[in-house]
Amino acid sequence: MSDITASTGVGAGSPRRSAPITAIGPIAWLRANLFSGWLSTAVTLALGYLVMRAVLAFVDWAFVNAIWWVPVDARGIAQTQACRELQGAGACWAVVTEKHRFMLFGTYPYDEHWRPALVCVLFVALYIVSAMRRFWSWMLVPIWVGTLTVIGILMWGGVFGLPYVPQERWGGLPITLILATFGLAFAFPLSILVALGRRSNLPAIKVLCVLYVELIRGVPLISLLFMASVMFPLFLPEGMNIDKLLRAQIAITLFAGAYLAEVVRGGLQALPKGQYEAADAMGLSYWQKTGLIILPQALRMVIPPLVNTFIGFFKDTSLVLIIGIFDLLTAAKTAIVEPAWQGFGVEVYVFVGLIYLAFCFAMSKYSQGLEADLNRHRRR
Amino acid sequence: MSAATETPGHIASAMRTDAPPAIVLDKVNKWFGALHVLRDVDLQVATGERVVVCGPSGSGKSTMIRCINRLETHQEGRIIVDGIELTDDIRALDAIRREVGMVFQSFNLFPHLTVLENCTLAPIWVRRMPKKEAEELAMEYLTRVKIPEQARKYPGQLSGGQQQRVAIARALCMKPKIMLFDEPTSALDPEMIKEVLDTMVMLAATGMTMIVVTHEMGFARQVADRVVFMDQGEIVEVGTPERIFADPQTDRLKLFLSQILRGH
Repeated sequence: MSDITASTGVGAGSPRRSAPITAIGPIAWLRANLFSGWLSTAVTLALGYLVMRAVLAFVDWAFVNAIWWVPVDARGIAQTQACRELQGAGACWAVVTEKHRFMLFGTYPYDEHWRPALVCVLFVALYIVSAMRRFWSWMLVPIWVGTLTVIGILMWGGVFGLPYVPQERWGGLPITLILATFGLAFAFPLSILVALGRRSNLPAIKVLCVLYVELIRGVPLISLLFMASVMFPLFLPEGMNIDKLLRAQIAITLFAGAYLAEVVRGGLQALPKGQYEAADAMGLSYWQKTGLIILPQALRMVIPPLVNTFIGFFKDTSLVLIIGIFDLLTAAKTAIVEPAWQGFGVEVYVFVGLIYLAFCFAMSKYSQGLEADLNRHRRR
Repeated sequence: MSAATETPGHIASAMRTDAPPAIVLDKVNKWFGALHVLRDVDLQVATGERVVVCGPSGSGKSTMIRCINRLETHQEGRIIVDGIELTDDIRALDAIRREVGMVFQSFNLFPHLTVLENCTLAPIWVRRMPKKEAEELAMEYLTRVKIPEQARKYPGQLSGGQQQRVAIARALCMKPKIMLFDEPTSALDPEMIKEVLDTMVMLAATGMTMIVVTHEMGFARQVADRVVFMDQGEIVEVGTPERIFADPQTDRLKLFLSQILRGH
């Protein structure tokens, strides 16, 4: 007791000073982290040199020496000699300039490309609206149903004077967005129900949920997609056919649901028992307790792993290439099959990679903001 | 450690002895696995009565009051609360939980909701009260526990004593007939115990039926009509606070009292 009193006495008596200038600010940071001794100075300089060289080489390749377009001859074949003469010293962005519409929209009829383009814009608008917290209400349900209906009409056509486009000809970015959006939009609620079911007191429900999670999680997504595309039709009665995209969609939804369910269950388990008891003691029903007390807290806790899984599945939609669905990545690969463009894979993959990166980075950034915002109550 | 020094509540409000008992425990037995945690517990609490339950840790006192609103289920015997027997019938249970408020050792406020939202949640969703009315009611009770100015804060921003007073206000917003307190001051720093006990003394003065599990003997002396001493899952002695503290009959109670009093 006595030393505590003594030390507080000293602390209260001595005047407060701001930290010395050499201990805070960018100069201090540089000194502490990069130049704290002769060895760290040497490492800093060596690594700095390597980084500079890599950056300069990339700028040379991507911008200085790059070729942005090439002439096309009378038969419509691109004249790619200029690109080939670079021998890798510069990027041949001409492949993207020339082929971007095929990469983005696949084999969708060329004259109708405005339709999938509008679909992509609608998807992005839907994401932005859903991300804004002021729209978080029942309003979102009609917004989603309405937007998805419009998207369906645009993609299929056949009404309002739009020519009909069969699903086999869809491709590119809309396919990726459709698979990811529908997949996660259905998988997320499903996963919440499964996670709750796994903690249920009713043995039948519990067993069912455990079986679902363990079976689906124990199988690679690729084999699930194969089953959906090859085996599933064998069990259907003659003449009955379910759209291939829909089958892939269901496989992805079920797969994502199993993974998300385990993430959600982690959140449920992290909640102290007292929260359940307090809700019970107040007389809240099971669904009131779950909806008002348990899920709001459990889901906030698992935002990082949830978004991790979301991002993972956004990219995993590219696996549908193995059952012959033309998503963004498959369309890009197909674009460079043409002899004139063979060998320009790097440019194409950089382009596609940037599109994936844009979506995933947006998700990541948004989740960070959401996490900080929703966990305000934890701050003191 | 002395509790508040106002007039004892039970003098102010006469107990209604003619009314049916608020709580009846009849030969209640409970096991946790092989462990026999409640043994033939018999207890009747009259409407308006204040009962303090004490006993060493592990004596089953918390388990007993948690059985009264079925946070724990008993395996043998009968528990009748407000005229309704506790069974597996969900509707009977909901009816009882609406009338029985509970305050926990660890507060168990909902951290993602503001103090006001904590208080209005159950009136709005369980009692179907309009939001505005529920907020007015909540402010009234928050004023009574002397923290109306904290209504817009989150529980994590309050001290332990303030949180426990919010928990009391939250339970009162359901206008319960019976209040259960499960060691309400055990998780508090010493300087905050008094503010919570004062709130409970004030509540006792309103004639609320209360069962309080606590080690605060000053509080027991001041407000309890009866003190129940439990040990090893049994009710060992029941009596007025004066009788229990001045004239313990059993060695177990004598030992317990000597340990408790030495600590104070």
